[in-house]
Amino acid sequence: MLRRTVLGAAALPLLGGLARPALAQNAPVKVAFLGTLSGPAASLGNQLRDGWLTGVKHLEGRLGGRPVETLVLDDELKPDVALTKIRAALERDKVDFVVGVVFSNMLQAIFRPVTESETVLITTNAGPSTYAGRGCNPFMFTTAYQNDQPHATMGQVAQEEGYKRVFILVPNYQAGKDAVNGFKSRFKGEVVDEVYVPLNQLDFSAEVARIAALKPDAIFTFMPGGLGVNLVRQYRQAGLANIPFLSTFTVDEATLPAQQDAALGFFTAATWAPDFPGEASQRFVRDFEAAYNYVPGNYAAQSYDAALLIDSALKATGGRTSDKPALRAALEKADFPSLRGRFAFGRNHYPVQDFWLCKVVKRPDGKFATATVRKVLENDTDPYAGECRFRG
Amino acid sequence: MSGLFLVQLLNGVQLGVLLFLVAAGLTLVFGVMHFINLAHGVQYMLGAYLAASLGIWTGSFWLGLLLALPLSLAAGLLLEFLVFRHLYDRDHLSQVLATFGVILFLDEAVRALWGSAPLPVPQPEGLGSIVLMPGLLYPVYRLVIIGAGLGVGLLLWLLVERTRMGMLVRAGASNAPMVSALGVDIRRLFTIVFGFGAMLAGFGGALAGPVFAVVPRMGDTVLILAFVVIVIGGIGSIRGAFLAALLVGLVDTLGKAMLPDLLRLVLDAAPARQAGAALASMLVYLLMAGILAFRPAGLFGGVRA
Repeated sequence: MLRRTVLGAAALPLLGGLARPALAQNAPVKVAFLGTLSGPAASLGNQLRDGWLTGVKHLEGRLGGRPVETLVLDDELKPDVALTKIRAALERDKVDFVVGVVFSNMLQAIFRPVTESETVLITTNAGPSTYAGRGCNPFMFTTAYQNDQPHATMGQVAQEEGYKRVFILVPNYQAGKDAVNGFKSRFKGEVVDEVYVPLNQLDFSAEVARIAALKPDAIFTFMPGGLGVNLVRQYRQAGLANIPFLSTFTVDEATLPAQQDAALGFFTAATWAPDFPGEASQRFVRDFEAAYNYVPGNYAAQSYDAALLIDSALKATGGRTSDKPALRAALEKADFPSLRGRFAFGRNHYPVQDFWLCKVVKRPDGKFATATVRKVLENDTDPYAGECRFRG
Repeated sequence: MSGLFLVQLLNGVQLGVLLFLVAAGLTLVFGVMHFINLAHGVQYMLGAYLAASLGIWTGSFWLGLLLALPLSLAAGLLLEFLVFRHLYDRDHLSQVLATFGVILFLDEAVRALWGSAPLPVPQPEGLGSIVLMPGLLYPVYRLVIIGAGLGVGLLLWLLVERTRMGMLVRAGASNAPMVSALGVDIRRLFTIVFGFGAMLAGFGGALAGPVFAVVPRMGDTVLILAFVVIVIGGIGSIRGAFLAALLVGLVDTLGKAMLPDLLRLVLDAAPARQAGAALASMLVYLLMAGILAFRPAGLFGGVRA
């Protein structure tokens, strides 16, 4: 396909100009979806993938009028695997877009090859600070958030609720430390203790006993995946549920099927929740659950939005992906009906959006989901956006 | 503070007891058959998955636990028949490779069957909580785990020291060809020991389900600690495994609970937290290194091997 385009453009500029739109209309848009689809964290990757596929389905299998071909790639949570598969997608399959990416370290592995080949990269979950400030790149967009923002949202909640003494519990790795900094950026009260646990911690009984002894006004925690399942359950069993449980990525649609009643009434910060009003959002939830038999979380909604985003941009460029500046300008407009309602990109291609306090509820059909409590941050820009200057 | 210490002590004993259930089977298989079974942690995971699924199916945690035992035994025997039996005469490298393959295979199989999300585990019914310190409910179930572990320890000791089967196991451990020459079917003995070890690991997993998360690969972390336990206790020694398991459980739990506070006496709060957390995760391995420096065969190693 590339050879034909080059021939058309170089040897027969006139004819090429005529032929290309027709070609663009018929040839499929190739999209590589990369997510963690195996191992303990696979439920997150599944959410991203199924959200994307629902978006494509709602667009009747076409993005900007062109049929879509999605290559679903599993990074296995190994940077080298992610890199190998993405290289093949770029060089052999000549994909037009790379979407998905659950974890920041997977993004770090594929970032350079994707952006250097001038392929548009749209992350639908990972949003590290690395690419939000000085390291920003014109070919990377995210429909999720910058990682600090949900933690900062919870800090703001603790501040507004007037909590004086907060206990912090996070895993002992970079994202855990980022969570603490994000939270503290808006919470000005006393942190009675910060506890760092190993990433493979099995039992939280020691920490739970410590919380009971210190009697804080609230706890803030970031315990993704299986860690969060253990913590939530043991927190509830220990009778501590009367101490408000403020969390990020700990109680959400990926872990609630296991936590169930134990997580009821616990808080989380999100950009979207399945109870969002509006027909588009409700239709998404309905169709998603009918197709995949579980409740979509904000992970899935962010991926769904990525499909709408690409569709809107390709409509603006007449289906063409070859004119990179035009494609980028079209993406930057973010002219699509996001499930979150208002949605715009900041100068660093990270969204400027609202953040919500959400709470775990049991729906009438017996399934567990998060539900919005109130808006905490409005039109929030991440703290790194100001440092971003695109080169070239 | 004494209430908090008591709770942490109980937590340590409880972790130790769960480790013992896994380590007991491991040390028996290793000690008696000289067979390295990395897939032992997978049997722990299988026990947890079986108990959780059966608990959901029957609507009762206890029934699930009860039904999981024969199934864990059957799974162990099946694995022995299909894979491990053919490895007894091979060297340790083949055993490690093959059993590691079993880990990969079963981890993926569990994920394919049950999905990658943590499994909801029915909570044990009929048990409440007691107040050991103000503001903290201590689930009685955790005391039941401790009781069950101590009971299994006692039972194992009686089995190994006081029964004919136990005598054969001990004899097989010291000189298998001789036992075989005396007309004992050593292969059958090995199969029984293996199945029993798998059942103990499954029992440990089933007990751990309501407390820990039931997720794919949950056995891997436990396996590493179980190896630490049997190395500290002395390979092949049930008594050593029991003491070492309690030691590891207590050191790990109390280290995590106390070390950051202790370090704060000499360091600032922030580095004390970071260093404390890092050091607490190392403590178990430091303990192992320390014990091996003075007793290279472990606490009870060499007494019988």
